Amino acid sequence: MSPAADPLAPRFPAAASAALQDSQLRHNLGHATQTIRAKRAQAVGEVPDWEGLREAGRALKERVLRHLDDHLMALEESVTRAGGTVHWARDGEEANRIIGDIAVAHGVSEVVKVKSLTTDETDLNAALERRGIRAWETDLAELINQLAGDTSSHILVPAIHKNREQIRELFVRTLPDAPPGLTDDPRALAEVARRHLRALFLRARVGVSGVNFAVADTGTVSVVESEGNGRMCTTLPEVLVSVMGIEKVIPSWEDLEVYLQLLPRSSTAERMNPYTSLWTGVTPGDGPQEFHLVLLDNGRTNVLSDEIGRQALNCIRCSACLNVCPVYERTGGHAYGSTYPGPIGAILTPLLSDMSQARSLPYASSLCGACYEVCPVKIDIPEVLVHLRQRVAEDPHAPLRERLSPEHLAMRAVARVFADRRRYEAGQRAARFGQWPLARGGKISRLPGPLAAWTATRDLPAVPAQSFRDWWRQRS
Amino acid sequence: MAAAVVNAAREAMLGRIRAALGDVPPGEAPGDVPVARDYRRAGELSAADRLARFADRVRDYNAEVVVTDSAGLPAALDDACVAMGLVRVAVPAELPDAWRPAAAEIVEDHGLGAGELDVLDGAVTGCASAIADTGTLVLDGRGVSGRRLITLVPDHHVCIISAEQIVELVPEAIAALAPAVRDGGAPVTFVSGPSASSDIELSRVEGVHGPRHLWVLIVDDSPGGGQSPVRPERSSGTSR
Repeated sequence: MSPAADPLAPRFPAAASAALQDSQLRHNLGHATQTIRAKRAQAVGEVPDWEGLREAGRALKERVLRHLDDHLMALEESVTRAGGTVHWARDGEEANRIIGDIAVAHGVSEVVKVKSLTTDETDLNAALERRGIRAWETDLAELINQLAGDTSSHILVPAIHKNREQIRELFVRTLPDAPPGLTDDPRALAEVARRHLRALFLRARVGVSGVNFAVADTGTVSVVESEGNGRMCTTLPEVLVSVMGIEKVIPSWEDLEVYLQLLPRSSTAERMNPYTSLWTGVTPGDGPQEFHLVLLDNGRTNVLSDEIGRQALNCIRCSACLNVCPVYERTGGHAYGSTYPGPIGAILTPLLSDMSQARSLPYASSLCGACYEVCPVKIDIPEVLVHLRQRVAEDPHAPLRERLSPEHLAMRAVARVFADRRRYEAGQRAARFGQWPLARGGKISRLPGPLAAWTATRDLPAVPAQSFRDWWRQRS
Repeated sequence: MAAAVVNAAREAMLGRIRAALGDVPPGEAPGDVPVARDYRRAGELSAADRLARFADRVRDYNAEVVVTDSAGLPAALDDACVAMGLVRVAVPAELPDAWRPAAAEIVEDHGLGAGELDVLDGAVTGCASAIADTGTLVLDGRGVSGRRLITLVPDHHVCIISAEQIVELVPEAIAALAPAVRDGGAPVTFVSGPSASSDIELSRVEGVHGPRHLWVLIVDDSPGGGQSPVRPERSSGTSR
């Protein structure tokens, strides 16, 4: 299985601590997320039936996920009927092999790609590279990251960690057709990228895309985008391969009316994004004459099997949760060590690996709940975070290091005491005596030894001289 | 051999899905999961208001919008071509004569390749419908919309709409497209303004790929219609 999480990534607290030192990152992120938050609120505020749309978005996903096998089989049938070919991939490696095989079968040494988180997840580019096939990223930000050798730090604006001067420097260094006097004006930078990419589009024979929504009853596949490179990749080449996580399917054509309203306003805060392409199989004489759809599991069935965690598969990748998260705003995406950062990443990444990886991510949250409020498909992220914390804490297969940690042992001891009245009251009496060197003004601000970690960021109330139970007994 | 492997993956995945859904009662059908449609599905604006809202919202995307009537259309078309410097334009073969600019050389699309389109200055097309709420043009890849390629490769797109083609809401446009998609697999493109990018420090940059210039001509033959309000100055960065 090739999971979304990078197994070599440091645990979140360590990664976040490092990220917090990067003031350029924090400045860029703070500015960006603040801007998008305000615009999004305005775009959503304009829509009188936003809550109705959200609920329909959630309910439709529930319908699909509870009957995912039926919907996928219907999708396979409708895509095939429309002239496409459907492939099933259990994991990223299998998906990459399928795509590589198609490219090799057509004798190409390069493909053009639209941004696709799913292909990031499977690390498709590296797999193609190993087979001698160059995968050109064509989204402006993805191009930037590809040239710089960086990984994405934000679902929607992946090069948000770079400013215009850094990009100017990068283009001058890596693009042969960049003019020597190139300024850092965003327009000029975009023009350089455009010309570079246009040449690619006009010669590429194989295109690779992700999928925003796939309609089970008509076999329609859609790509929602802004720059036009999506249209280029899905219209110009002879062969198109689209990769989708199995959760991207929606029941019927009419249901697009919900998602095509939810996604643009929630992601880029626009009434509608510039281009949405919706194609069904193959159209003779128009666009690719060979279409392949790859259905990818890669851990999604793990998410599906967790009844509470399953809602994480509602996600339509809008990134609204990232933009409101106080933790993400300060640490950025790299600290999450995963294809999917931010609040959605904190629940999706561990679930994809069946809780074997990214176990620190459910704790990368203050549980403020802002993400749930903005999620267009009503994923109750805080509910899932707490549920996953429970799964981590109660995991019988957790490594010994975790099960014997001071916090873990202390929690187990407290749980025993709280479970029995006599032990509880004995514990209270003991605490009343034992706390006298530590309690000041009704508070305990510092616990000794390994327990100091608890009080590093919080105070404990001191145990009162007379407990409620004693007082109650006294008066009755 | 390859077919057997593909089936194995399919069976394995379907098996895992079914195992994961053990909590779903066997008798439950997808339709049993309730989906409340508590959102607007039919518009309420008058035709005039729809047109005004559409024009407004397309302008918001930094596209040019001119409202005229059938009599004024030829001049408006020529204006557009001259303003954008369009010498040779691609048109769908089914584009009516009245919608073809006299001021530009017409190249009918009978299977133009990307290379041939790359040297043309623009495309002049109609569309299937338009959505007022979101300022969206709906192209369905056939008839007056033309093949997808012709509104993608050239740098300018002139789109002509009859006022009656404008609907208010996204659900209305989606519903209207259903027959073409269900029966004919029509490839649909929603166009909402010229291409844009907001990647570099989030400043909105116009035009990366796809037509960087969009000019919309609305033909309104209703009584009292057909007159464009004073054309606002093209601003360099309005609310997107």
